[in-house]
Amino acid sequence: MAVLAQTRVAAGPQVAPGPQLVVEHVHRTFPTREGEAVQALVDADLSVRPGEFISLIGPSGCGKSTLFNLIAGLDAPTTGRILIDGVDRSGQQGLVGYMLQKDLLLPWRTVLENVVLGLEISGVRKKAAHGIARPLLATYGLGGFESHYPTQLSGGMKQRVALLRTILFNRDIILLDEPFGALDAQTRERMQEWLLDLWDDFHKTVLFVTHDIDEAIYLSDRVFVMSARPGRIVASFDVGLDRPRKPSVVTSAEFVRIKADARELLNGAHAAHVRPGKAA
Amino acid sequence: MTTLETPRATPAPTSSAESLQSLAALRSAANPPVRRRRPETEPAAWRVAGMRIGVVVVVLALWEIGARAGLIDAFFWSQPSRIWQTAVIAFGDGDILADARFTFTSTVFGFVLGVVGGVAIGLSFWWSRLYALTAEPLVIAFEAMPKLALAPIVVLVLGLGMGSKIAMATALVIVIQVLNTFAAVKSVDRDLTTLLYSLGASRWQVFRTVVVPSTLPWVVSSLRVAIGLALTGAIVGEYIGSTAGLGRMIHYAGSTYDIALIWVGVFTLAALSMLLYLVVSALERRLLTNLTHAR
Repeated sequence: MAVLAQTRVAAGPQVAPGPQLVVEHVHRTFPTREGEAVQALVDADLSVRPGEFISLIGPSGCGKSTLFNLIAGLDAPTTGRILIDGVDRSGQQGLVGYMLQKDLLLPWRTVLENVVLGLEISGVRKKAAHGIARPLLATYGLGGFESHYPTQLSGGMKQRVALLRTILFNRDIILLDEPFGALDAQTRERMQEWLLDLWDDFHKTVLFVTHDIDEAIYLSDRVFVMSARPGRIVASFDVGLDRPRKPSVVTSAEFVRIKADARELLNGAHAAHVRPGKAA
Repeated sequence: MTTLETPRATPAPTSSAESLQSLAALRSAANPPVRRRRPETEPAAWRVAGMRIGVVVVVLALWEIGARAGLIDAFFWSQPSRIWQTAVIAFGDGDILADARFTFTSTVFGFVLGVVGGVAIGLSFWWSRLYALTAEPLVIAFEAMPKLALAPIVVLVLGLGMGSKIAMATALVIVIQVLNTFAAVKSVDRDLTTLLYSLGASRWQVFRTVVVPSTLPWVVSSLRVAIGLALTGAIVGEYIGSTAGLGRMIHYAGSTYDIALIWVGVFTLAALSMLLYLVVSALERRLLTNLTHAR
């Protein structure tokens, strides 16, 4: 495991305000058909403060999706606990907003009907939910598209709808699994700005998975570096860039320095998993 | 036609440089034929309609002439003029309309029962994997069985009335609907159900919000096949034994060597089948645009 100069992975409770999300020594092992056990996630340990923007970065197969499924309660840890607001919520669903890689909009529903899905599932009446959603659609760039169907939208617009649906689910923590991975570079940049606006306005705690170092640094307060086989968190660093951040920040000297450090950590993470165990 | 001169005499290339040389040689040897693609134009609607009517008229005319010239045995094949006379009589006394109504009613009932029942059973497979795995081979076995061969039993049990015809139509429709709906259920996007569960949805909410709407387009697409099967089932039921219906009428005409009447029955049946098909197709188009919103 790489030892790092910046920050140790924070563990356990912190002083006020208390952490909103704690992943406590979580292991997840999947049995294979041959009777062996695959370690998808080993000793994941992290603690997130309310309103913090966290990114997880690492190669594919590093257990990011496993970690998200565990936090979302879709899966239960083999050992360890998931605490939300100090309460053990391992394996409990419906407590965090989770946006998967695909937009996953229901094609038979309009934009408005898609966006209120979370509210509808939690029992809010359709009419009330629509009333809440309408002004937000207008504010966040989807005005005039309320009665459009997903097939009529561009890729970027679909991701906006999916993201707004996640936010309208009305939970403090949202998990975003590579939401912009499939978008072209320009749309992606606009979406990143848009996401930062939303984050500012709604004060959400965000966990963001990406392959893109620039994206991770530009968006986050803190970045966790993961390695694969077995998936584990190997390092983390703070991003001290001032907020609000302009897209031009990516050319600043400080950004470049952080990025160089991050690269080293990532390469270290890669080397760490190539050396022992099976060949990649 | 020009053929490429493959360098058969030269040995196979052993390095990528040699491969490149071979490719270059092939290209200089090749003499591609000059071909220009003409844009395809859609023929005018009146021409298409004219051609279609023309084909029918020619076939009927050849049939009539052949029968009169003695080339076609009119005892076995009848002839258009005689069929027309028989049709005028049959429609005049209204018997055939009553028969058509009987067949129509049993077909529609069988269609509706088969579709609704099949969809309900197919959707129920979503709820339990064990139940689905147990039932699937049994449904396939039932599908493989020639259900038309069961018609005598069905008619014996349910009698000569409409009940046995509806049962036959239903039997034919329900099996393919179960298999079709089950295939649709299996193809429901797993990520969509995962998303719903992440929102804290119950099984029932997932079923209602994702599973049912995802399967509906599949069901709608199978309606056209289902209506044809329902008609087949009803007709076969009538062949075996019935108090009314076009199938019974055709069967009766056959047993009295009234070939012209058979043809009248067959053409009426064809008209009924076409009508049902057109109605169901129109229904399908409307439902599909409403369900999928695909552009």
